[in-house]
Amino acid sequence: MKDNPISTLFGYFAALSLFAVGGANAAIPEMHRVAVDVMHWMSDRQFADTYAIAQISPGPNVIIVTLIGYHVAGLAGAAVATVGMVGPSCTVAFVVARFWDRFKDAPWRAAVQAGLVPVSIGLIAASASVLARAADHSVAAWFVTAATAAVAYWTRVNPLWVFLAAGLLGLSGWL
Amino acid sequence: MPPAAETASATTPPSLSELFRAFALVSVSAFGGALPWARRMIVEQRKWMTAEEFNEAFSLSQFLPGPNLVNFSVVYGSRFGGGAGAAVALVGLIGPPLVIVTILAALYARFGDIAALSRILGGIASAAAGLLIANVAKMGEPSFRKGLHFAPFIVVAGFIGVAVMRWPLPYVFIALAPVSIALAWFTAVKARP
Repeated sequence: MKDNPISTLFGYFAALSLFAVGGANAAIPEMHRVAVDVMHWMSDRQFADTYAIAQISPGPNVIIVTLIGYHVAGLAGAAVATVGMVGPSCTVAFVVARFWDRFKDAPWRAAVQAGLVPVSIGLIAASASVLARAADHSVAAWFVTAATAAVAYWTRVNPLWVFLAAGLLGLSGWL
Repeated sequence: MPPAAETASATTPPSLSELFRAFALVSVSAFGGALPWARRMIVEQRKWMTAEEFNEAFSLSQFLPGPNLVNFSVVYGSRFGGGAGAAVALVGLIGPPLVIVTILAALYARFGDIAALSRILGGIASAAAGLLIANVAKMGEPSFRKGLHFAPFIVVAGFIGVAVMRWPLPYVFIALAPVSIALAWFTAVKARP
């Protein structure tokens, strides 16, 4: 790493924060692109592991950035990555919340809301693809991905049970 | 509980310390999506908001950039306590998970090379990818039902740009969002009587 990793982490997540429409899950491919392909902070596998840890931790999905930050630069990295990812978007949310109600019936508001939905769906679909390619290295692993999708779509089973089952399958060495 | 009953019930605004405790509680109980927990706490248990007010505040948080629930804590906290309310709700929401996940990160840095652990995490990552696919399907349904016929093209274009071409997210977003908003304007909003 040529640059100071702390300022790189902060600048990178602060910028990403403002483009993550659809939440942290929409920003996964970009995190993967930078952390694995561009900066070589971690391997494909470590990225998949990191996502898995974020999933089984309580709290909002965005804490994956805390894990990436810690991996790169320890506690300081965890702190700046989190503040970078949360700060700018929270400032926007705070400002917009003040005047948003005034435009309740404005037609442009409906257009902005309706227009951004398919964009974020496309980004989250891309996240699923990037993550599956990082995590699935066997037919059995692809099967786990497909089965989880089916269970989560058609049933109301708590995802933690699915994670438990998938973790045990992984431990058994079948994947 | 039927929606009508929720709307009819009186709502009382929370104090700052109540806000903090509520969001801290939501954050540590929120496994696999915090939205249901937040709704249960705010609308059903504490009655701080009606179901409609909650949906309205959440839909705003959803299309703002950044993590949805984090945005929601800011939008919601500022409604009741201005800047202080927003800060208190935000710290309540991300504080406890931050401590937990930092401990997990330290453990992973130390034990991540153990084969058994990496097999377990590998299995969970495969399942997590499946969970995202289900999310996409669930999010897609309502926008197709609303008759946004252009939506599939935008979804596919975004997917190809980010997942196949591996272009940087900001570029794809800046190219795609204005087009999508314009299409939404002409097909759905303007077409309405």
